Amino acid sequence: MEKQEYLDLYYQMVLIRRVEEQAAQLYQQGKIGGFLHLYIGQEAVSTGLLSARRPEDRVITAYRDHGVAINCGIPAKHVMAELLGKVTGISKGRGGSMHMADVEKNFWGGHAIVGAHLPIAAGLALGDVYLKNPGITICMFGDGATNIGYFHEALNLSKVWNLPVLWVCENNKYGMGTSVERASAVIEIRQKAEGYGIPNSRAEGMDVLATRTAALKAMEFVRAGHGPFLLEYATYRYRGHSMGDPERYRQAEEIKKWQETDPIGIFHKYLLEQKITEKADMDAVDQRVADEVLEAVNFAESSPNPAPESLFNNIYAEP
Amino acid sequence: MTRITVREAISQALWEEMERDSKVFILGEEVGMWGGTYAVTKGFYDHFGPDRVRDTPIAEAAIIGAAIGASMTGCRPVAELMTINFAFSAMDHIVNEAAKLRYMFGGQFTLPLVIRTVGGGGRQLGATHSHTPDAIFAHFPGLKVVAPGTPEDAKGLLKSAIRSDDPILFIEHATLYQVRGEVPEGDYTTPIGKSKIQRSGSDVTIITYSKMLDVSIKAADDLAKEGIEIEIVDLRTLRPLDMQPVFESFKRTNRAVIVEEGWKSFGVGSEVATRLYEEAFDYIDAPIQRVAQKEVPLPYNRALEQLALPQVSDVVKAVKEVL
Repeated sequence: MEKQEYLDLYYQMVLIRRVEEQAAQLYQQGKIGGFLHLYIGQEAVSTGLLSARRPEDRVITAYRDHGVAINCGIPAKHVMAELLGKVTGISKGRGGSMHMADVEKNFWGGHAIVGAHLPIAAGLALGDVYLKNPGITICMFGDGATNIGYFHEALNLSKVWNLPVLWVCENNKYGMGTSVERASAVIEIRQKAEGYGIPNSRAEGMDVLATRTAALKAMEFVRAGHGPFLLEYATYRYRGHSMGDPERYRQAEEIKKWQETDPIGIFHKYLLEQKITEKADMDAVDQRVADEVLEAVNFAESSPNPAPESLFNNIYAEP
Repeated sequence: MTRITVREAISQALWEEMERDSKVFILGEEVGMWGGTYAVTKGFYDHFGPDRVRDTPIAEAAIIGAAIGASMTGCRPVAELMTINFAFSAMDHIVNEAAKLRYMFGGQFTLPLVIRTVGGGGRQLGATHSHTPDAIFAHFPGLKVVAPGTPEDAKGLLKSAIRSDDPILFIEHATLYQVRGEVPEGDYTTPIGKSKIQRSGSDVTIITYSKMLDVSIKAADDLAKEGIEIEIVDLRTLRPLDMQPVFESFKRTNRAVIVEEGWKSFGVGSEVATRLYEEAFDYIDAPIQRVAQKEVPLPYNRALEQLALPQVSDVVKAVKEVL
C-alpha cells in the first residue's frame, strides 16, 4: 500500500469516531431522536473490510450503520443530516440512524430488524447472478443475528444456490446486553457456517490492516465463483448498545482492556513506529476530520425539515 | 373471448409475462420439478429452465427475503408462498421489509415484486391451513393486496402485478382454481386498485371479493327468483381500496351487505362498512350487514367447517335483513 492509502484508512476511522462522538452530543441535546447505536470501537472492521471492496460490490448491514455508510463514501454531512431527520439526509429524513442507504454507492442499507437483511442479501446476490452482473454482496451483521432463523435460512440458501455473498459477522461479544456465551450455542460464530458447508475464517477485528487482509482473502474466494464465505471478526464496542444503555452486563475493566487495542490508537502508533507516515500527516488528517465534522453539523442544522406535503411521497412507485 | 379456469388464467399470465420479459422469474417451494402444488406452474420448469423457475428450500423468510433483494437489483421476481398460512413465517419480510424499504430509504429504489399465494378454507385442512388473513396484510401501507374472483381478473390483474414496480401480495383462492369464466383473447391487463360492478341490480348492494364473489352470485341468483335484484361490487384489490363504485352503487340502493370469508372482527367488512358510515351516512336506509366466517379456528370436520364458513344461505338471510 502507498502512504496515502494508509492515511485514508486512518482518516476514515477517525471520521467515523468523531462523527459519532458529535452525534452522541447532539442526541443528548435532543436534536437526534429515536435510537442511536454507535460504532465506536468497531471502526477497524468496516474500514478494513470495505477498503477491499470494489464499486460493483453491494454492501448491506444492520442498524449500527453510520460507520459503514461513511466507509461506503457517503459524505459525513449527509449522514449527520439524516440523524437530524433533515430532507438533505441520505434517506431524506425518512430513515434515521438505523436506516441509511445510498444505492448510487451500492450501499443497500442499514436494516433494523435483527437478521432480517440476511435473506435480502442473498436476494441481492441472486439478482446479480441472474442479471450476470459482476460484483459480490457483502453482508454485515452482529453476533446476535446468528441466533435467529433468518441467518440460518439465508446461509443455507446461499450455499444451495452458490451465491456470491460474503457473510461478515462482527462479533462484538454482546447482542444488546446478552453475551455470546449466554446466547449462542457456539462462541466462535464461524462454526455455524460449518453446518452449511460454507468456508469460513475468524480474524482479529481491532487492527485495520488485519481486517483488510482477511477481507481481501475472503473476497477473492467469493469473486472466484466458489460461493459464499463467512468471515468473523472479533471486535468490541466501547459504548452501550444504544444511547441510554445502563451497561449492567459488563465490567469497566473489560472495556478498559479492549481500549488498550483501540483501533485508531494502535494504527496511529503503528504508522509512526513503522515510519509510514509522520506526525504532521496524522495531525493534518485530524484537522481535516474536525473541519468536516463541524461542516457536517452546520449543514445538518441549517438544512430544512422535509415538507409536510411530502409525507406520502415514495410509499409506492405507482399510484 | 375464450372460456378457461382460474388456474389456467393464472398460469397463462405467468407464462406470457415470462415470455415477454426476461427479468421475470419464479421462485418458491415446488414451483419447478413438481409443477406447483396447485399445478399452476406445470410445464414451466421444462420450458424456462431451472434459473427462471427456481425450487427453494422450505424456508419462507428466505424465499421472500431473496425475492425482495432480487427486486432491488432490477429483477422482477414472482415469489410463490405455497399457501398464505405460511406467509406468517415470512411476515417480517412481507410487511416490514417489502412494504417499508422504498419509503424508508427516501424512494431510492423500487421493489417490483409479486408474492403469489393461496388462501381460504373449505378443503378440510384444519385450522392452521385454512386462513383468510387478507385484511391483516391490507393493513400495511407500502404493500398492495390483490385478490381476484374471476378468471378474467385473475389473468389481467396478475399481468398488471408483474409489470408493476411495487410489491404486491396476490392472493388466490384454493377452491376457485376450477371455476371457469370468459377471458379476452390476447394480451390484456386489468388495473390494480379498481373495484368493479360484477352484476347490476337496484335493490341491495353486496360488496365482496375473491371466493365470496362466487357465493354472492349464487345468492343473487336465488334472490332474483324472489324478485330481489342484487348489485355486486367486487373489490378485487384490498389496498389501495377503491370505494368509488361502492359509493355509487350504495347511493342507488341505500342498502348494503358485505360478504367476506375471513373473520368479521377487524376485517374487510369492518373497513368497508365504516367508510360507508363515514362518507355515505345520509344514504343509509338500513343497518349495514356483514357476512363473515364464524370466529373459531376452522375445524377439520366437513359439516363443522361448512358451518363456520359463510354460505349462500347466510348471504340471502343478510340481504333480507336490510330490505
